[in-house]
Amino acid sequence: MSTVLQIRDLQVSYYTDLGRATALNKVNLELKAGEKLGLVGESGSGKSTMALAMMRMIKPPGRIEDGSVVVGDVDLMQLSDEQMRLARLSRIAYIPQGAMNSLNPVMRIGAQMVDAIAAHETGMTKAEMVERSMQSLESVDLKRSVFTMYPHELSGGMKQRVCIAIGILLKPQVIIADEPTSALDVVTQRQVMETIDRVQKEIGTAVILIGHDMGLMAQFVDKVAVMYAGRLTEVSTVRDMFTNPMHPYAQALISSLPNLSNKGVFQGIAGLAPSLLRIPSGCAFHPRCPKAMDVCSAEIPAVKAYEGERLVACHLYTEGA
Amino acid sequence: MANLLEFRNVTKTYTRGYFSEAGTTALADFSMVLRDDDPTILTVAGESGSGKTTLAMLLLGFIDPTKGEILYKGKNIKNLRGEERMTFRREVQAVFQDPFAVFNPFYTVDHLLTVPIEKFKLAKSKAEARNKMDEALSSVGLRPEDILGRFPHQLSGGQRQRINVARALLLKPKVLVADEPVSKVDASLRANILESLRGLHRDHGVSIVYITHDLTTAYHVANSIVVLYKGGVMEAGGIDNVIQKPQHPYTQLLIDSIPWPDLDRRWGNDGIVVKESDISEKANTGCRFAPRCPYAKEACAVLPPLFQINPQQAASCVLHDTHPVLPPEDLTRVLPV
Amino acid sequence: MTTATTVAPPIQPSRWKLIAGYLRRNKSLAIGLGIIAFLVLFTVHGFLTVDTARAYPLKAKPKQPPGVLDLATPDWPGKLPMGSDFFGRDMHAAMVQGMWQTALIGVLAGAAGTIVGVVLGFTSAYFGGVFDMIIKGICQILTPIPVFMIQIIIAASLDKRDVTIFTMAAIVVMLAWMGPTLVIRSQVLSMKERQFVSVAKLSGVGNGGIIFGEILPNLLPFIAAAFVSQVFNGVFSSFYLAIVGLGPLREPLLGNIIWAAQSQGAFFNGWWWWPIWPATAMVLILSALALINMGLDELANPRVRRTE
Repeated sequence: MSTVLQIRDLQVSYYTDLGRATALNKVNLELKAGEKLGLVGESGSGKSTMALAMMRMIKPPGRIEDGSVVVGDVDLMQLSDEQMRLARLSRIAYIPQGAMNSLNPVMRIGAQMVDAIAAHETGMTKAEMVERSMQSLESVDLKRSVFTMYPHELSGGMKQRVCIAIGILLKPQVIIADEPTSALDVVTQRQVMETIDRVQKEIGTAVILIGHDMGLMAQFVDKVAVMYAGRLTEVSTVRDMFTNPMHPYAQALISSLPNLSNKGVFQGIAGLAPSLLRIPSGCAFHPRCPKAMDVCSAEIPAVKAYEGERLVACHLYTEGA
Repeated sequence: MANLLEFRNVTKTYTRGYFSEAGTTALADFSMVLRDDDPTILTVAGESGSGKTTLAMLLLGFIDPTKGEILYKGKNIKNLRGEERMTFRREVQAVFQDPFAVFNPFYTVDHLLTVPIEKFKLAKSKAEARNKMDEALSSVGLRPEDILGRFPHQLSGGQRQRINVARALLLKPKVLVADEPVSKVDASLRANILESLRGLHRDHGVSIVYITHDLTTAYHVANSIVVLYKGGVMEAGGIDNVIQKPQHPYTQLLIDSIPWPDLDRRWGNDGIVVKESDISEKANTGCRFAPRCPYAKEACAVLPPLFQINPQQAASCVLHDTHPVLPPEDLTRVLPV
Repeated sequence: MTTATTVAPPIQPSRWKLIAGYLRRNKSLAIGLGIIAFLVLFTVHGFLTVDTARAYPLKAKPKQPPGVLDLATPDWPGKLPMGSDFFGRDMHAAMVQGMWQTALIGVLAGAAGTIVGVVLGFTSAYFGGVFDMIIKGICQILTPIPVFMIQIIIAASLDKRDVTIFTMAAIVVMLAWMGPTLVIRSQVLSMKERQFVSVAKLSGVGNGGIIFGEILPNLLPFIAAAFVSQVFNGVFSSFYLAIVGLGPLREPLLGNIIWAAQSQGAFFNGWWWWPIWPATAMVLILSALALINMGLDELANPRVRRTE
């Protein structure tokens, strides 16, 4: 399978009144076609910034300082503003959190979808655009009649599925779904996630699912990437992550999950996530890490590859530990 | 055996306009009892539109029922005045879902704690008030010197929600309505907050009404559960019974749709198919769940009562009509403490 | 419980630095405040150095161009840095007095309009019901009425001797209070549904406490913006009423001076300085108020706020 997304040394900072917050610190990531990656982390870990950076939607006081994001064979960071505008939705699509609020309330759904297609140079006639939109709606399990409806006539789950339909209109190579189901109840959530799964198989895109619900990850993704304080700590297959996590932070996350067998047992993670303005020296997790060593406060651990396509950034596994 | 808070056949309907008769029933014929000497943790579960938020508003006295009564220590809460009303206010408190919205952005976060101390006269001096605040904050794992004097936007979501829980600890109410207290909080912090709530119940005898759509956390926190759908009770009983052996098709759907962090328990394992429901809502006099139910029969056109399946479980479904009927007033009978 | 190991929170910059930084970004507010500061200094300096009695007719030698002329003649005392007009007003004194009076009218009308707006807006939004319907109805009926015409009719029908600064302020407020009322009302309507109000109720706070303690502080930017626009309205209305000759004619109100200058054909007679001073002053005042209004708009509505 070909590599469809390559992120190299992505660096994003926010320059605020209170100082410089490093939201993404030399992040490297790869995705193959048709692969589903889950990006997890606490709030403030940089996961949403990652999505925005990939779409080049970072606004001041944030700045993309370094790095490349290659989709297919095009480095998005090197494109002009106009080229990037065309690339959005056609090469890389973004389904934001609370996407139901991103629909224009005074336009019919169909008009918004045709609008999205027309903004790109596809050479399609109006009739073709309408047909493509209707097909898109059908792939997300909505009736064609939704094309002529207004957003307020639909339920939350249906609006979210409309946003997915818009995301797949131009068959992009990568879809980024940023907590697409956080505002939905559990049954609708299942419906929406199953929809994303189905359309992903139909078009063969790669999907990055951003969230903090490990349960959703277990149901949906192939690989899990864990972020902490703007850095990648571990990337493993979903089975490895749940049965044998390597990084202490990932281990703590997995053991704090409630499930049916350990009723009444609560295990949180001690301490607080650091503010991105004051990231601890060396490994960002060392103040909270039960296995911290002397080297952890001095040196930032580099991301290294291990067997089974795993990437871990932890001094425990490097020589001399 | 004092009845602390009692719902008697409470119905709440919202009508459209001043003149039309038709309207939506947010909550139908709901009864329950919370006792003073037997504090419990009850979960009210349901999706949006189920009536759980309406139930919370009714419990807190923010809205009035259309039919039926809500009694506090035997008196209708609409009729409480003066001293009694203040007591009701102090003893029935809430922790809300959105950690940011509960703070008044004009004031520091201290305001959330100082106002009730002052209004309910919980401290005789500033020093005593400060002590109480420090104590409450420490018991949720926060350092007072990092928190007090700051504005809400300077703190993280997890810190803010913990301050909310600290407020509840400070007030030591008799009834605490927790409306989705951890849904907007990171997974790693949920454990901490839920443990604080359980501590309140265990150490201070507070009855907690835990409102959520997340059954996993409910399972770990509550003793009993009521499952609502479109204003009606679908199933009720002890938490172990209902979650491990759900009897109502809706409950089964809910449990099956939970994204378990367990690779061997994937969606769709238990064979319930999620049916697409109609967009138009026709007036439905039968079972509320019938349009989406895979087992719907003709008998479902008549609204089924609650059938008591075992001493700690009841479901409102014609599939169980061989069991004895449980009248709505006796709902509390199947809810263990 | 879990131990809370925290990282030291970032150091807060001092309040002055934050204000200075904000002013640098919000140029409208900065420039508007700057102009007002300049005008205030001018007026204060004027009150300290010039005898304001000279703002009235026949106190200085008439029709003198500006210049530091030494008129050491026994009848006409002192210097005239801004010249004098046809009637013998010392223009500098007239400007100082006029500025003060214009400010007075603006602030009086502004304060009255804002207070009415706040009181009516709050009570109708918070308590709702029939009272709300009445107030909303009255506002909506009065708003489309052409204000200028009504003001002219009222002002013209007053006896000339009754026209004072205070009656002018009253005329202005009469048809200006609806705006702030509706704005404040809609803000309170949305704010009373906010969750911190529910929490305050749960904490035992009564209606009064909620209105003054919880909602009002959050509306201060809106109230300030309403006040500034009311002041603008007051100054502008009194100005155009005075320009058509409906002001208190003896007072050196800026509009009056221009009206007098026009009726005496000042430009044609070469007394250019006579209308120029009040005109410049008026442009400065109104621009400053408009700029402050735009700046406050941005402050009150964070979504419009520009970031660095």
